[in-house]
Amino acid sequence: MKFAYYPGCSADSSGVEYGMSMVRTAEILGIELFELDDWNCCGATSAHSTDKMLSLALPARNLAIAEKQGMDMLAPCAACYSRHRNVEYVIEHDPDMKHRIEEIIDKKLEGSTQTVSILDVLANKIGPATIASKVTQPLTGMKAACYYGCLLVRPVEYTGYDDPEDPQTMDEVMKALGADVLDWSHKVECCGAAMVTSRPDVGNRMLYHVLQGAKESGAECIVTACPLCMLNLDMRQAAVEKEYHTKFNLPIYYVTELLAFACGDAPETVGINKHFVDAIPYLNEVKKRAAEAEAQARAQQDKKETVTEDPELLQKKINSMIKAFEKGPDKMAGRLLDDESRASVLAEIISNDEKKRNKLAELMVSDKDKAVKVADAFVTGELKKRNE
Amino acid sequence: MSGKKGAKTVETAVKLTPITESQKEFISRIEKEAGTSIHLCYQCGKCTAGCPAAFAMDYPPRKIIRLLQLGMVDTAINAESIWLCASCETCTARCPKGVNIASLMDAMRRAALKQGKITDKKIAAFNKGFLSGVKNFGRTYEAGLTLQYNLSTGQLFKDMALGLPMMNRGKVSIFPERIKGRDEVKKIFEKVQQLGGEE
Ligand code: SF4
Ligand code: SF4
Ligand code: SF4
Ligand code: SF4
Repeated sequence: MKFAYYPGCSADSSGVEYGMSMVRTAEILGIELFELDDWNCCGATSAHSTDKMLSLALPARNLAIAEKQGMDMLAPCAACYSRHRNVEYVIEHDPDMKHRIEEIIDKKLEGSTQTVSILDVLANKIGPATIASKVTQPLTGMKAACYYGCLLVRPVEYTGYDDPEDPQTMDEVMKALGADVLDWSHKVECCGAAMVTSRPDVGNRMLYHVLQGAKESGAECIVTACPLCMLNLDMRQAAVEKEYHTKFNLPIYYVTELLAFACGDAPETVGINKHFVDAIPYLNEVKKRAAEAEAQARAQQDKKETVTEDPELLQKKINSMIKAFEKGPDKMAGRLLDDESRASVLAEIISNDEKKRNKLAELMVSDKDKAVKVADAFVTGELKKRNE
Repeated sequence: MSGKKGAKTVETAVKLTPITESQKEFISRIEKEAGTSIHLCYQCGKCTAGCPAAFAMDYPPRKIIRLLQLGMVDTAINAESIWLCASCETCTARCPKGVNIASLMDAMRRAALKQGKITDKKIAAFNKGFLSGVKNFGRTYEAGLTLQYNLSTGQLFKDMALGLPMMNRGKVSIFPERIKGRDEVKKIFEKVQQLGGEE
């Protein structure tokens, strides 16, 4: 699988871990990434709050380059993804606008490639089974709230790869890594990132509700696929805790960081040590839980194996069962068949035919249902013989 | 209901003045830019119910649409709520009539900006700083951006508490990333400006 890779402005700065873990995720899964040649910033919210034409033209230049590279474009940042999908939607549905955009960027647009989101790639194009097959350090016992926020699921005309109200793609990836995912209230609710610097009173309250929602669901961490969500949830968490006199202590992870970790990377390799809310201790805790769960599973497996595998014990059981058959053929026949007349025929068979007696005794030990069936067949055969 | 009481109700009701041509023209321009129609709205309130910022708004999304339906353009464009809208798209996704409210809020914001009616100066300052980075370098200049933003609002130290830990974690690029095609990008800005857009 090949993609033109659009890292976005944050991959080298505030979202540096996202860039690191994205590259590792691609390596692990065999995805080839070719950085989009000389890409420019998409303009983000600032452009579409200022001028519509500008908000279309900036991403359009990138799309023209992707078309030249002849590859679909992977944009891990949810905001970048959304801005580029917006332009793709417009050039598909509004020929007049397409023409005006082409004039402004002085490049042609064919609409021959598509911008894709990381969740779409992981869950739908690669698939949970392939991801699970690469896992060496499963996240067993991790209690994760998958947070999609706004732009990975809305507007649905741009996204379309998942349900906008109860999306599942990130949940599927997390399950493939071995984690427990929780149903929770604020999966697709806005975290207020656009408001936190300008109106902290509004932004912090929105953020508080998201964090509180995760906490109430029993989650012990939040997983995201957007550098803006990460920055807000991680960096601003302490301020919100202070303002609302509470403690969340929720480490935030990129889904790509956890994928790399579950596939054997050290947390530092993908930048998990760079978070504001210390995200390392919880991974150690998960490691411990996973090891305990594995030890327990192994012990159970061993127990099962001793029962079926100790041949001496098994033979002892069979021998005592044979004795029971020899001593009380009527009683044993009654235990096998309900019909009295058929049971009495069976009792005769047990007394007279050593081979059949031993067979029934053996089956009584290993599989009683089968013993009943075989006993019934013996009686039917015997009656047939008598009638001939 | 008695005749007297009925008459009184009429007296206290909102006095609607007939919609002027310029208001009409403004509304249809906004609708065209937003690619939606305000007349589809039947005021069910689902947009406001799901709006995560409604708690802080003077006129939540349903009311903004109602104001426009009634031709009360000035009230709508001066509403603080158009600057509190986080562009989360929840309203648009849920509207049973397919009204693209988020896009309408966006168009209102741009109209307010063009008319110099900025209720929230800080956001406008932030956007301006951000875009000037893109215009000159092709990409954003996060450290520079933060500085410019704070200077123009007199809040230089406000984000320094976070600035330092960001630096320590290697999360701030100190030098702006310049792209080769920055002339191309600059030209995009200029052409848009010629069309009467971004300044
Ligand atoms: S959305 Fe953010 S990270 Fe993405 S290109 Fe635009 S500014 Fe850069
Ligand atoms: S950062 Fe917050 S506001 Fe932005 S997309 Fe993510 S959830 Fe929505
Ligand atoms: S949800 Fe749609 S129809 Fe209902 S009030 Fe809002 S805009 Fe109007
Ligand atoms: S887009 Fe704006 S108005 Fe609509 S729900 Fe989100 S914040 Fe509210």
